[in-house]
Amino acid sequence: MKTLFERSVKGRRCTILPENDVPVYEFAETRAVAPRLPELSETDISRHYTKLAQHTFGVNNGFYPLGSCTMKYNPKINEEAAALEGFTQIHPTQQDAQGSLRLLKTAEKYLCEITGMDEMTFTPAAGAHGELTGLMLIKKYHEVNGHTQRVKIIVPDSAHGTNPASSSMCGFTVVNIPSSEDGCVDLDELRKAVGEDTAGLMLTNPNTLGIFDKNIKQITDIVHEAGGLCYYDGANLNAVMGIARPGDMGFDCIHLNLHKSFSTPHGGGGPGSGPVGCKSFLAEFLPSQRIVEEAGTLKWEDRKDSIGMVRSFHGNFLVVVKAFAYLVTLGKQGVPETAKNAVLNANYLKHLLEDTYEVAKPGICMHEFVLTLENLKKETGVSAMDVAKALQDYGIHPPTMYFPLNVHEALMLEPTETESKETLDEAAAAFLDIYKTIQENPESLHDTPHHSYIKRPDEVTAARHPVLRYRFDD
Amino acid sequence: MGSYIPNTKKQREEMLKEAGFSSFDDLYRDIPDELKVHGELNLPDGKSELETAKLLKQLSRENKVYTSIFRGAGAYHHYIPAIVKSVVNKEEFVTAYTPYQAEISQGVLQSIFEYQTMICELTGMDVSNASVYDGAVAAAEAVSMCRSPKKKKVLVSEGVHPDTRKVIATYGWAAKDEIVTLNLKNGLTDPEDLVDDASCIVIQQPNYFGLIEDVKKIAETAHAKGITVILSMNPTAMGILPSPAEYGADIAVGEGQPLGMPLSYGGPYLGFMAATQKLMRKLPGRIVGETVDSEGKKAYVLTLQAREQHIRREKASSNICSNEALCALTASVYLAALGPEGLKEVAEQCASKAHYLASELKKAGFTLKYDGEFFDEFVMNCEDPKALNERLAEKGILGGMPVEGGILWCCTEMNSKEEIDALVKEVSK
Repeated sequence: MKTLFERSVKGRRCTILPENDVPVYEFAETRAVAPRLPELSETDISRHYTKLAQHTFGVNNGFYPLGSCTMKYNPKINEEAAALEGFTQIHPTQQDAQGSLRLLKTAEKYLCEITGMDEMTFTPAAGAHGELTGLMLIKKYHEVNGHTQRVKIIVPDSAHGTNPASSSMCGFTVVNIPSSEDGCVDLDELRKAVGEDTAGLMLTNPNTLGIFDKNIKQITDIVHEAGGLCYYDGANLNAVMGIARPGDMGFDCIHLNLHKSFSTPHGGGGPGSGPVGCKSFLAEFLPSQRIVEEAGTLKWEDRKDSIGMVRSFHGNFLVVVKAFAYLVTLGKQGVPETAKNAVLNANYLKHLLEDTYEVAKPGICMHEFVLTLENLKKETGVSAMDVAKALQDYGIHPPTMYFPLNVHEALMLEPTETESKETLDEAAAAFLDIYKTIQENPESLHDTPHHSYIKRPDEVTAARHPVLRYRFDD
Repeated sequence: MGSYIPNTKKQREEMLKEAGFSSFDDLYRDIPDELKVHGELNLPDGKSELETAKLLKQLSRENKVYTSIFRGAGAYHHYIPAIVKSVVNKEEFVTAYTPYQAEISQGVLQSIFEYQTMICELTGMDVSNASVYDGAVAAAEAVSMCRSPKKKKVLVSEGVHPDTRKVIATYGWAAKDEIVTLNLKNGLTDPEDLVDDASCIVIQQPNYFGLIEDVKKIAETAHAKGITVILSMNPTAMGILPSPAEYGADIAVGEGQPLGMPLSYGGPYLGFMAATQKLMRKLPGRIVGETVDSEGKKAYVLTLQAREQHIRREKASSNICSNEALCALTASVYLAALGPEGLKEVAEQCASKAHYLASELKKAGFTLKYDGEFFDEFVMNCEDPKALNERLAEKGILGGMPVEGGILWCCTEMNSKEEIDALVKEVSK
């Protein structure tokens, strides 16, 4: 596909602005070299992006069982709500924004109820941003209590990569502990790891193998007894919302991904929203301000001991509007019903596949499960990557590949609750069809997908000789 | 109640049975009973779509929508071309995940590649990433790029947006930076204040008070002392003022909101980041590169992933995963719709209107706090900006941002001469 720059024609333009109706101001110093932005008509732009959209696969295009990403359907009413002029035209510093404040305050109340937390901030703009913020609360807590020797964060090896990365960014040392075979925390390893220098533990439950860690209360107790705090990575909340609450499991602070569990779209990589909730003893440390009510009017108020700010203004407000519309629609019945059906869909799909493909951890799963193709690869040479790519030819977005790291040749599937039985049946049929091909003609799978716009790209060259922008001829 | 679950009750029963479960509760038998929520959550009943639509509309009406806005201070009210909204509402772009699977994501990957190119062109820098959360985080991430074990000092001009300074301070507290604030003199950063042993300096152009800093001089001084220059710049201003590269910046960052994003009570916005070739591998976040597929056809992929959290874990250059891809797309379409001439025209109109407002206010007897050259914002001396703004609000005008000893006015292409004249009349009352 041609780039915008290749479609550009000198002198072509859209007519957007009226004539300047005041005297022109001349600057003392102006730009020497003009930016080579494309010069296009509206027709050019419209067709260009329509073409790009045709080569982009979203949830509306088909089944998207990308594990750990909770690619559920993004309801249209949420988008409509976020496009209301009364939300989009509001300056972040204007005083008379009672509607925005009420929405944020109510969303906070609902999400605290779902998670068992006491207070929440919507400032963090994504999950990893939430992790960093939550870890800052832990850091501040130890600092205020004079526990400056508590510099270590314990992270199981099955954790999302953002967990250790966020810990480092927050100035902590990461202690990786091996998980037991089912991806759960090995209690002996945890006991060995905790001590005087433990600042906290980061965990997701259900874990990245889709297993609910039954020992969760013991785990959080061990960390608390050692003087550390417990952080809950909310990436997998969709399995348990309305069923079990991180606050009751012993977690002190959490982040949520509104763009996962609460149905806001991913936008091809954001904007997301990663609100951070905490128990009341950490609430004064939360970033930015809190909303308080005074004589029926809501207003922002400083926190006593805040870590400061982690983003400008009030976070990705319109994303919160979308999640709020979703919460209002679901209500007290819909939240647990969502979780239950997410778990049902995962178990149903696993059931359809487990006689053919090896499941990394047999037994009951939560919202997702992991296949291991390690043996299959040894026998046939077909890798997890080959199967993932082959699925594209069936109109299915591949599962998460090669994660978690403690499973070899992993494919992680999360169907979500918004998929129908028919879609799951079709997906299972595709998997079984691919398996048939593996038996009959394994070689043919090494260059899948066969029907996509491009074949497999050369990633090594891309990294060794980076071309990161369009090169103009002149 | 509302629900987005397609399976009928009958189907759910069948699926449970087929997968070997007796009931929904049976699915959760691994969760210890004492950890389960017993009874109902304390939430309202679910609602139909119609009821949700009404409720959200009602909430939106509790916000005041101003007919005329004369406030910027980090969030700018610009015209958004219709094509921008049309493109960024395409479902494929809205609902896709980060483009890990290149074969079925060429569209979104190419759009990011084009965005990176436009940011490079605007800033004059060599490389751009695919975006970060907002302008403030972009500045804090840029500081992280410069961190060295030997130099703990980070110089931050007082002319940088207060929120950005706060975010830099918070990130810096966690990483044990020593933040040194450079106080302004007559509204401007003084190059004489640069100390020797700092890793980097953060300055803003135009600064928070609207003034045009002598960035060239500051950058020269910084470079002579081995200090990396991080310039946070309003992208609209880049249409007419020298680019960050022309000013001598090593890292260019900024708030991309003026490029087609509505005010939205503060977000989603867009943090852009671009740097010199030398700093390429220190950039945080996603970066798209051009390559070929196995048949030699042009292809785009996420690249230089050896910097990133999913590969490097605790050794990653940043923890960033989701960024602001759809906002980056918004900026691209906005810039494509305006083109080089259009962007220059926006910048010129903003500046011209702000200067017109300033001269009219001066004619009416008001004085400006600073005498330096400004772009599209300026501070007028004012004892009680709050009272003034309350008066303006009654007329549907959002007045300037109250700052110490004055009020920070802003004009954009949205403010017609007629509107400006009406404002001056009101202010003069």
